Amino acid sequence: MNEFLTTLTAIAASAFSPSTAALAIAAIGLNIHFGYTGLLNMGQAGFMLVGAYAFAISIVAGIPLFPAVLIALVAAAVFALILGVPTLKLRGDYLAIVTISAAEIVRMIGRSSLLTDITGGSNGLTGQSYRGPFTDLSFLGDGQTTLGPFTYDNTGSNGWWIRLVAWSIVGILCLFVFLLMRSPWGRVLRGIREDEDAIRSLGKNVYSYKMQALILGGTIGALGGIIYVLPASVQADSMGRSMTFFVWTALLLGGAATVFGPVLGSIIFFALRLFVQGVAGQFVPDSIMNGQQAEQFSWILIGVVLMLVVIFRPQGVLGNKKELSFNVN
Amino acid sequence: MLAGLLLIGVASLGLMGLGATSASAATAVPTTACVANATTGCIQGTIKQGNGDPAVGVRLTVTNGDTTENLVTDAAGKWGVAITVAGPSTVTLDTTSLPSGNTLDPSIANPATVNGGLGRNAGTIFKLVSGESTGLSTSAPSTGDSATTGSVTWERFLQQAASGIRLGLLLALASVGLSLIYGTTGLSNFAHGEQVTLGGLLAFVLANQLGLNLFLAAFLTVAVCAATGYFQDALIWKPLRKRGLPNTQLMIVTIGLSIALQYAFQFFIGAKTVRIDKANPVTVEIGPITLSVQSLWAMGIAVAVIILVGLFLLRSRIGRATRAVSDNPSLAAASGIDVDAIIRLVWTASAGLAGLAGVMLGLVLNGVNWQTGLQLLLLMFAAVTLGGLGTAFGALAGAMIIGMVVELTNLVLPGDFKYATALLILILVLLVRPQGIFGRRERIG
Repeated sequence: MNEFLTTLTAIAASAFSPSTAALAIAAIGLNIHFGYTGLLNMGQAGFMLVGAYAFAISIVAGIPLFPAVLIALVAAAVFALILGVPTLKLRGDYLAIVTISAAEIVRMIGRSSLLTDITGGSNGLTGQSYRGPFTDLSFLGDGQTTLGPFTYDNTGSNGWWIRLVAWSIVGILCLFVFLLMRSPWGRVLRGIREDEDAIRSLGKNVYSYKMQALILGGTIGALGGIIYVLPASVQADSMGRSMTFFVWTALLLGGAATVFGPVLGSIIFFALRLFVQGVAGQFVPDSIMNGQQAEQFSWILIGVVLMLVVIFRPQGVLGNKKELSFNVN
Repeated sequence: MLAGLLLIGVASLGLMGLGATSASAATAVPTTACVANATTGCIQGTIKQGNGDPAVGVRLTVTNGDTTENLVTDAAGKWGVAITVAGPSTVTLDTTSLPSGNTLDPSIANPATVNGGLGRNAGTIFKLVSGESTGLSTSAPSTGDSATTGSVTWERFLQQAASGIRLGLLLALASVGLSLIYGTTGLSNFAHGEQVTLGGLLAFVLANQLGLNLFLAAFLTVAVCAATGYFQDALIWKPLRKRGLPNTQLMIVTIGLSIALQYAFQFFIGAKTVRIDKANPVTVEIGPITLSVQSLWAMGIAVAVIILVGLFLLRSRIGRATRAVSDNPSLAAASGIDVDAIIRLVWTASAGLAGLAGVMLGLVLNGVNWQTGLQLLLLMFAAVTLGGLGTAFGALAGAMIIGMVVELTNLVLPGDFKYATALLILILVLLVRPQGIFGRRERIG
């Protein structure tokens, strides 16, 4: 029973961990791409990685915090532009193939031994090398604070400060998306998702709107990347294809084209994994499934859940089935 | 056996490697501290000389999954590397790089196997003793056919071109199916790479674990893989088509399937790289080109199978029907072709061909692991797009070009970039001629 409590605490801790917030932010970006505009971006991890690298390298180069964040967002916008120009006039599959490829290119270049001086190669950049300016901003001071069963440093590398900032950003972005999608601009995006030709006949430049959505979602993804690496390290392989698929799973679980879907989905995603691992670790003997296999089993389950959600409840937990017809052209 | 494992790692670098390419100090990564997080783990340690001083500049090679990293200990004798695949990693100490007057304690295994996990640190100790070598040495990892970039010689060009043809042929085998599935159903199958992996791992179980004859094992593997294609269509894809699920949704279902399969492979086989053939590969020299016997067999079989597939598509009634469905399913249905039966056949054949490609790839690379197919998938997409989505012969041409480009890139750029070039070509093709070489304009809009 005690172990069960430990599992529950671990699940609750992961629900509001910075990684969950980072995944939620990336999923909010993807929601603008896929949920509202119908763009099949299969390289959201690439945007995260571009943001993380641009941010960390800028800080290491001595640029202050906010300009560094700006550089990261601009880098992601340029990345989106490069990907959008050849593909946004073509059918959706092409964007999917190009984005997944481009994300891989970013990862391979990032981990290449040629660029070790800049990107740290496959070892990546350690958190200490770029975290300083961020933790210096903290007004929480030193020491530790305990809230319920959770004890973290006030400021430290992975403490209350990063949690506070990360979830504030999640909140602001939710509000932003809510307001944006009620605006005329947001209505055009939804219109493009439902029927591109109809929007074109209204005299709107569909290509330009799609590009704006791709850039906006991509920069939000980059912000997610920055949050993801702040408590950890910049590591090319930690933002590979699997990360893109996790973001997709989180988005579809929670409900695409909803404001809180991506956030809820990210929390469910991490909680589900830990729950499966915890239950497997407690009730299944090691001879049948050891700890490592329990982890892999939880991933298998994630894959199956993704399949089942898309087949039986494409609108996710929060979505509205009428809203999400999934008819991407 | 451990040396064998290392060889696999190095051999797998030959085509699939993403990491640094050779054990030479020139490409070695200076060690930096590694921080474990949710998706990475660390393997690290400190090497001290017999007299207690840190051993500086000792070279190590760490093979994790299919990546190999070359490390040098820093001024404090520390080394560390980030890993992304949980499970055993092989750490090899280059005994020739030890500080003079030091040798490795003979009781220490070299290479050492470290059981690393994600989100934590693992380590191994290489204890050095002062004195003469006790004769424990390891063969320096050979660079295989992924030689480091240097001057471009005629010999190296021919060697890489041969590797390119080899990769192109195997890629063609795997991507014909991907293209046909796309042509007949409109589905981009992201789980196609896992069909390739399945082939390689099944062959490992049959040939290596159960000790069957290699040809028998390959034959059985292809049969089982084809069956998986048949039942996949019968149990998943046909019912979903009947439900009227749009292709975008189906595509995300294939992504879910691909995640589930990848981790299922890890669940049953583990994250390690396994070999199909227990024997060490025998190489043959043809002029300036060195290829393993397995490679020659694989290329021969691939050519034969590709010709058979081509003849089938061009000459047989069912083949013509397949092309008709691929061209225009509604029109084909209207002219009396049983579209569902053709799609079933395409799924079966595609899975079988992918399985065959997996077996060959496992033999050619002398190792296969859970992400072999995953890495091939992007090259397959590049090949299929280059040739024209949905066209069988486009996939063949695209695969040969992509295979060649990937291997020839190695002449001028380090191994890390060879996939990047292939994907860059993909993006350029979409800019200039989005329908690909053999595609038709109206399909892309």
